[in-house]
Amino acid sequence: VSTLAAVLLFAGVVAYAVLGGADFGAGFWDLTAGGAEAGRRPRHLIDATLAPVWEANHVWLIFCLVMLWTAFPSVFAAITTTLYVPLGLAALGIVVRGSGFAFRKVVVRTDQQRVVGAAFAASSVITPFFLGAVAGGIASGRVPARGYGDPLTSWTNPTSLLGGVLAVLACAFLAAVFLVAEAIRRHDADLEAWFRRRAVLIAAATGIVVLAGIAVLHADAPRLFNGLLGRGLVLVVASGLCGLAALVLLPRAAPHLLQLLAVAAVVAVVLGWGVAQYPNMLGTHTTISQAAAPTATLWALTIVATAALLLVVPSMALLFTLQQRGHLDHA
Amino acid sequence: MSLAAGWLSAGQFWAADEPSQLLPAREQMALTLGFHIVLVPFGVAFTFMMLIANYRWLRRGDADALLLARRWSQVAAVLFAVGAVSGTVLSFELGLLWPGLMGRFGAAYGIPFAIEGLFFFLEAIFVAIYIFGWDRMRPWPHFWTGVPVVLSGVGGTLSVIAANGWMNQPAGFTLRDGVVVDVRPLGVIFNRAFWYEAMHMLLAAYMVAGFLVAGVYAAGLLKGRRDRHHRLGLAIPFSVAAVATPVQIFVGDVAARAVFENEPAKFAAIEALPRTGTHVPEILGGVMIDGRLRYGIEIPNGASLLSGFSPSTRIRGLEAIPAQVRPPDHLVTMVHLAFDLMVGIGFALLALSASFAWSWWRRRAVPENRWLLRAVAISGVLALIALWAGWVVTEVGRQPWTVVGYLLTRDAVTTTGNVWLFFTATMVIYAVVGVATFLVLRLLQQRWQRQEEAEGGDADVPYGPSRARGSAATRSGA
Repeated sequence: VSTLAAVLLFAGVVAYAVLGGADFGAGFWDLTAGGAEAGRRPRHLIDATLAPVWEANHVWLIFCLVMLWTAFPSVFAAITTTLYVPLGLAALGIVVRGSGFAFRKVVVRTDQQRVVGAAFAASSVITPFFLGAVAGGIASGRVPARGYGDPLTSWTNPTSLLGGVLAVLACAFLAAVFLVAEAIRRHDADLEAWFRRRAVLIAAATGIVVLAGIAVLHADAPRLFNGLLGRGLVLVVASGLCGLAALVLLPRAAPHLLQLLAVAAVVAVVLGWGVAQYPNMLGTHTTISQAAAPTATLWALTIVATAALLLVVPSMALLFTLQQRGHLDHA
Repeated sequence: MSLAAGWLSAGQFWAADEPSQLLPAREQMALTLGFHIVLVPFGVAFTFMMLIANYRWLRRGDADALLLARRWSQVAAVLFAVGAVSGTVLSFELGLLWPGLMGRFGAAYGIPFAIEGLFFFLEAIFVAIYIFGWDRMRPWPHFWTGVPVVLSGVGGTLSVIAANGWMNQPAGFTLRDGVVVDVRPLGVIFNRAFWYEAMHMLLAAYMVAGFLVAGVYAAGLLKGRRDRHHRLGLAIPFSVAAVATPVQIFVGDVAARAVFENEPAKFAAIEALPRTGTHVPEILGGVMIDGRLRYGIEIPNGASLLSGFSPSTRIRGLEAIPAQVRPPDHLVTMVHLAFDLMVGIGFALLALSASFAWSWWRRRAVPENRWLLRAVAISGVLALIALWAGWVVTEVGRQPWTVVGYLLTRDAVTTTGNVWLFFTATMVIYAVVGVATFLVLRLLQQRWQRQEEAEGGDADVPYGPSRARGSAATRSGA
């Protein structure tokens, strides 16, 4: 049952990487959309696409935190007492991003929009970077089992930096592909082309960073490297193929296929990380069963998670369907 | 939405041998929780008032009600977003500031939060559908998507208060060598403090949201905007709050007696009672100096009567608490005064609700008495102060414990990093976000006023909006 709890937790991580990731990535495009005039239309699309869904997607993060501290309390404490710098910055980034986005929907004057919009967009890039750095610190085994690890090198190391950069790029890639689909739904050929171009660029950039990352991991995190190329190999290859296929098909392909490929690429690489370090919770040490809470807690969590599955998944499907059909657009 | 489950500080409590991070960690938790708790009533209770207005429009075709519902949903959208992210910070802080609590007791303490996560999910999903569904969904299905928002608000509140109640009355786990080895999830959730704390908080949320929103419209009426839109905007939230108030006073009374039974240390602090005894007077106000409450107003036998309905009821005093975990004078003063403030405001709001109801019963209309409207205008701020005060009673009244009897706050706090830096950064960002939230809501209000003036103005039409706007609103909502 401890493995089950770990699987549920990791499912939350994957869901947040994809859904939360796409929302963060939209902020990346918002930040790089240029001046007020040039960026007006892409920003408008980002705004309309994100507004109804970002809060629901954000809850996956809460799900992960709650699952982690309840099912694996000592691991949670170990992570927070070691990686408190990037975690604290990510928490503040989340506040600025969410508030900035909500405020921008209300204010109409360009100068005011610029300030809150910049706050939203900049923190949308900073936050996934720090979360990626946290993942890198964990994956490379830099969080000691008893916590209170090195507060600096635990997240300024090569693997963490790779994780941070990859997180930002993957988010931007996901978002670009989702926004292509959204532009098509709104019959906006200009914006479709705008985001297709950017999706190609970011996919290529991600590919290059991944190739460089292989060398980084080989040098900095040999155990993660071996895991990824051992048990995780199928997933790593699948992720690469999906990414490559998306890159090749990007100029023309139907939006649903692109979305599928982009999501698959990200899911596969996150799963690859999980499989590579299984059964360790903290990268190279502290197994799932060592860290697990008493069985009754794990069962309680399983029941809650099942209830969530039965209630949240259909609700979320309803939300996404309504959005896809345009029921949540303004008249 | 995450609720109060925390610590409050106002100075150095246990100055000697106290970990250096304790003070900034407490201040940070107090700041971020105090900020978040203001937003909670809007996520939990304001959405209910929005649905009442929506229902009124659906049932009676009341265009003013529709306009209120639509505007309130815009306000709710902003406040829900700020509440969601400020609640997330609290989740991070549980680990960043209090690893001793989470690492050791997460297996028990975490369970209610898992349930809260489920409700937060549902709330976030349906709040989005409701807020963005106004224009393109059919009216009744749209209305029904708002119902899960209200229900999950209630569920979320109950869950978080279950966690908070557990800190005050820990139950449902077995400790061996300081490690949680067995957990009884239902025991954790339905701890002895759960029901009274949860009902008390839930009603508080309805009071704060109701009085605050009613206050905004009362201010509008005082400024001469005496149209039906403003009257209805006052009547709906005020009615909800006015119904909640007497129930709240009853629940509060039950809660106080439960604290007397189950949490004698907190009760001694509330009463600022140095020695155990019978025929204990109720002392209003006062300051603890050298272990004695001075300058208060004494009601003979009051405390004994209120606690056990008899002057001979025995109440345990602060002396019964072992010296090393006995709260110092200034803390006792704080808890005692916070309690008096909360109860005082509660009765003031009861009086306001009653006079309002009396006036309504006689005239069948929203009162126009300026003093009554002025009282309504400030009632929301008073309710908010009472909410903060009640939270101080629960949380400061628990000190020096984080988990009463099991974990001292000084053992829960982190021992690494520099919390002062984190606290400073948080203070700056929260100040900016707080001010911006206020300005953005003012902006909305000014925009709506301009719209009204541009459309011929409701202010000129005492009993309804202009025909054109009313029908346009009906159409766009259909």
